[in-house]
Amino acid sequence: MTIKEVQDNIIEEFSLFDDWMDKYNLLIDLGKELPVIDPKYKIKDFLIEGCQSKVWLHPEYDGKLITFTADSDAIITRGIVALLIKVLSNRSPGEIISTDLYFIDKIGLRQNLSPTRSNGLLSMVRQMKLYAMAYNAKNKYGN
Amino acid sequence: MKDIAEIRADFPILNRKVYDKPLVYFDNGATTQKPQCVLDAVDEVYKSYNGNIHRGVHYLSDMSSEAYEKAREKVRSFINAEKREEIVFTSGTTGSINGIAFSFGERYIKPGDEIILSRLEHHANIVPWQMMCERKGAVLRVIPINNKGEIILEEYYKLLSTKTRLVSVTQASNALGTVLPVSEIIDAAHSANVPVLIDGAQGIQHGIVDVKEMDSDFYVFSGHKIYGPNGIGILYGKEKWLSELPPFQGGGDMVDKVTFEKTTYNDLPFKFEAGTMNYPAAIGLASALDYVLNIGRENIGSREKELLSYATNRLSAINGVKIYGTSDRKISTISFQIKNIHQYDTGMILDKMGIAVRTGTHCAQPVMDSYGIDGTVRASLCFYNTKEEIDTLADGIEKVKSMFA
Ligand SMILES: Cc1ncc(COP(=O)(O)O)c(C=O)c1O
Repeated sequence: MTIKEVQDNIIEEFSLFDDWMDKYNLLIDLGKELPVIDPKYKIKDFLIEGCQSKVWLHPEYDGKLITFTADSDAIITRGIVALLIKVLSNRSPGEIISTDLYFIDKIGLRQNLSPTRSNGLLSMVRQMKLYAMAYNAKNKYGN
Repeated sequence: MKDIAEIRADFPILNRKVYDKPLVYFDNGATTQKPQCVLDAVDEVYKSYNGNIHRGVHYLSDMSSEAYEKAREKVRSFINAEKREEIVFTSGTTGSINGIAFSFGERYIKPGDEIILSRLEHHANIVPWQMMCERKGAVLRVIPINNKGEIILEEYYKLLSTKTRLVSVTQASNALGTVLPVSEIIDAAHSANVPVLIDGAQGIQHGIVDVKEMDSDFYVFSGHKIYGPNGIGILYGKEKWLSELPPFQGGGDMVDKVTFEKTTYNDLPFKFEAGTMNYPAAIGLASALDYVLNIGRENIGSREKELLSYATNRLSAINGVKIYGTSDRKISTISFQIKNIHQYDTGMILDKMGIAVRTGTHCAQPVMDSYGIDGTVRASLCFYNTKEEIDTLADGIEKVKSMFA
């Protein structure tokens, strides 16, 4: 699936629910499905500190695709982390850099990614793109 | 006393819905809502007599200046200060503390001197002192707290020494609600000839504050936490201190004569009010204080006490809820966690039910550290809240528990 298709799928899945509680229940379930990050990466180096909740993010690059694993201490944050992973993990650096994440807005979760929320999610997206840029540069210019 | 329906009708915002649910506003510790009279007072300034204060010879400037000075007098009588010269308008508690920390540091602090704070302070009463200490080579000493979230007075007495230059403590903890024994703190400091600043940001709105009786050397608070507008705060200082301290900001209105060689400063309180002050907010604050006096501070105090005890009983009866801050003397603020549920998750779901609470460290990280937690959910109530709203919160907590179980 392309990044666009994954985003559209998520939008469709969320559009089944009008009620906020149902949307959050779905997020909670998504959080539970999140592939767990190796505990050895739940350290300061991979911590994205928000004032409200914490996110850990670890990238792995096989020369073609970046695989992200992640976790959060808050379950709702974790649910959104799971969505971001669905969309942006196992993609090439180029794809990640150029992606426009429109699904967040469409499913009504934009407030969770507002800079004032400080839950680590906005920084997480930025960090994912930064990793992608770093790997991209490495490909182009070597070490 | 007005009945609760009448009181609530005075605050237009309390009527609104969020996500189609009636608003339950339990974030009064962060900022309070404003009664119609305050909105009208500010509106009136801009509609009918706005003119920069103390500057013009014209009618509007005179009217604004007069209303501004009347607001100062209102604040003076509200906290029972001796003189109007002792009431300085600032931008808020943070502005007041930064100002005093700067001026006091410049005037009195030498390397090795000590400032005493408590573990319960808001960052606004920590960081300005840290900055000053760094500049002057002085040291912060911190009064520890016990498990109930009360400061340990014996430890405070031990910290007081000939090196102590100032004690700066909060009247009540914004994170836990604990009311501090300020008279004991002030008495002990004064016997050691040490002045005391009281951060009244969480004290002024909950009962009667009399700075003469309290005998604090400085008392500071924010207008927006006592039903007044944002962007206005108070710095009260005894005249003997304010006249000795240098200004913390330079500019217009605070000067007497200016030449490029030397400037002499204006009289108190203007020495500390550089530039165009937020006079519409000061005028709005006066209206808020009138409103509070009208309701009656004893009435507010007793109503909030009742709400606190009802909420404490209701929440502690819920399985898995743990309350942080269990002193017998508290303002109507309850900090809690639900077992195994992150405060952010709790706050997000309560929000969707129309309940506004604060989550996180409440700008008081040292308090959280002393419990080894990274945050709480905080419900800060005030006299316009109701028991039914507390019931809604309790139902909300049950709902959160069922969702995250
Ligand atoms: C105890 C205490 N001190 C200081 C402040 C800072 O007040 P302001 O942001 O209005 O300057 C607060 C606000 O939360 C507070 O609760």
